[in-house]
Amino acid sequence: MPILRAEHLTYIYSQGTPFQKTAVNDISLEIEAGELLGVIGHTGSGKSTFIQHLNGLLKPSAGTVYFEGRDIHADKALLRQLRFQVGLVFQYPEYQLFEETVFADIAFGPRNMGLDEAEVRERVSEAAAFVGLDGKIFDTSPLEHSGGQKRRIALAGVIAMRPRLLILDEPTAGLDPAGRESILGNILDYRDRSGAAVLLVSHSMDDVARLADRLVVLNRGRLALSGTPAEVFDHAAELREMGLTVPAATEIALALKERGVALPESVYTTKYLAKLLCALREGEGPC
Amino acid sequence: MTDAIIKTENLRFAYDAESRNVLDGIDLEIARGSFVAILGHNGSGKSTLAKTFNGILLPTEGRVLVNGSDTADPEKLIDVRRTVGMVFQNPDNQIVASVVEDDVAFAPENLGVAPAEIRARVDNALRRVGMYDFRLHAPHLLSGGQKQRVAIAGVLAMEPECIVMDEPTAMLDPIGRREVLEAVRSLRRGRGMTVVLITHHMEECVYADRLIVMSEGKIAMDGTPKEVFPRVEELLSLGLAAPETVALLHSLNARGFALPLDALSVNECADVIAKALGRREGSSLPGGKIQ
Repeated sequence: MPILRAEHLTYIYSQGTPFQKTAVNDISLEIEAGELLGVIGHTGSGKSTFIQHLNGLLKPSAGTVYFEGRDIHADKALLRQLRFQVGLVFQYPEYQLFEETVFADIAFGPRNMGLDEAEVRERVSEAAAFVGLDGKIFDTSPLEHSGGQKRRIALAGVIAMRPRLLILDEPTAGLDPAGRESILGNILDYRDRSGAAVLLVSHSMDDVARLADRLVVLNRGRLALSGTPAEVFDHAAELREMGLTVPAATEIALALKERGVALPESVYTTKYLAKLLCALREGEGPC
Repeated sequence: MTDAIIKTENLRFAYDAESRNVLDGIDLEIARGSFVAILGHNGSGKSTLAKTFNGILLPTEGRVLVNGSDTADPEKLIDVRRTVGMVFQNPDNQIVASVVEDDVAFAPENLGVAPAEIRARVDNALRRVGMYDFRLHAPHLLSGGQKQRVAIAGVLAMEPECIVMDEPTAMLDPIGRREVLEAVRSLRRGRGMTVVLITHHMEECVYADRLIVMSEGKIAMDGTPKEVFPRVEELLSLGLAAPETVALLHSLNARGFALPLDALSVNECADVIAKALGRREGSSLPGGKIQ
């Protein structure tokens, strides 16, 4: 059974007014435990509106969200539990840090869950370790740390609730390459060790190409494409029409094909492209 | 000696007396009419450096000269700000009016420019960033890339000699980023405006005349993009990465190829690889799905 299933989800803003706008239009999808699902789409494609349905922040105008087989809006108690099980990390989450200490900020979620202090402490330590934060900073103010560090504190606050589905909206926006690698590593680590599902919204085609098991592409509120990264990035022309790009490796592979280099379809990581090109080298040993 | 529009001398800066120097001895000349990209990891000091270029931040030690005027001289500050305009990361924080053309007119109105002249400047600035057709729109209904281009037009309307942009594409999607970069590149056509672009996206630096890499408040690397990007290991050790094109060439060289590493664009990169392979037409490989 998928951990989460959205069925014919539709959301209409300002319904019945002149400003009525269908932000999400009949989207159905499933997420399995342990899976990393990448969500791409240009600004205004409905990504953010869509993910806010998955932990019940928005109630669909039509359609249903099932978490572990149960309609999340069926009863209020279930919805409250769901907020702990489906962790949502917004864009620039460091702007939401507000507690006096790093510890209290990470502990906010677990305390809301009604856990006792011993359990809260354990979860804070565990979550901090996941994102590579040193316990020495627990008593400092979260606001005195660097941007990358604050992002880790915010992520730890969600991981401390041990969500079964972790949703991240552009978790690496504004970080430098080393910071991006480190945050993405933390997320994969959490997935591998907890078996949770991860939904990653990203503008970086190179990142989703490398990391996602499956991709969905949203365009004007609809689900335009879905499949493995290979299947999705084979539609380069369609993606460009939707205001998206393809990974750099795919662009280079396309340019090589124009120059008569025989490459297969579905090249979307630099690592794989390098391997293919090595195999094509004439008269030399394997590399 | 080059004709420098901005010059820093032994520039040091700390946010307060107890903290470390965010800028730690920067000597730099920005040539008039050049396109300079400044790259660096988070906390390297690149945004702080940008803010010293028009006196938003004043040096703790050393000095910054704009057209020879010291930014720390209160008498010269207005001239400095007219010479060097700034564009910031978040377009929502830079837009003040409820109609696009009013927003672009805001700065020249404050400078006391005559109304007829303002009209001409606003239209011209909006045309240069491709937003003229949106002049009567409400800024909050525009996309991120469009808003950021309006913010750039607002700076252009002051007719500065130099425009400094601090991560103008950080919050934009790929298309918004492309729109803004195209606008940036077009600024250089014709009038020879000096452009300083602060970023940590490697691909955005490819078209710069000069690339400066900052680390720990110092200049770590300085040269043309073709000189800097091939130094892949050095970039990695500074928390940065080479563009994907150079990364591919570098990894092929590690497997026995001998390719030049300064083929930065997709076409240049494909050219050198195709040449090395002697274009073996007709051969094919099974299409693998596991990468």
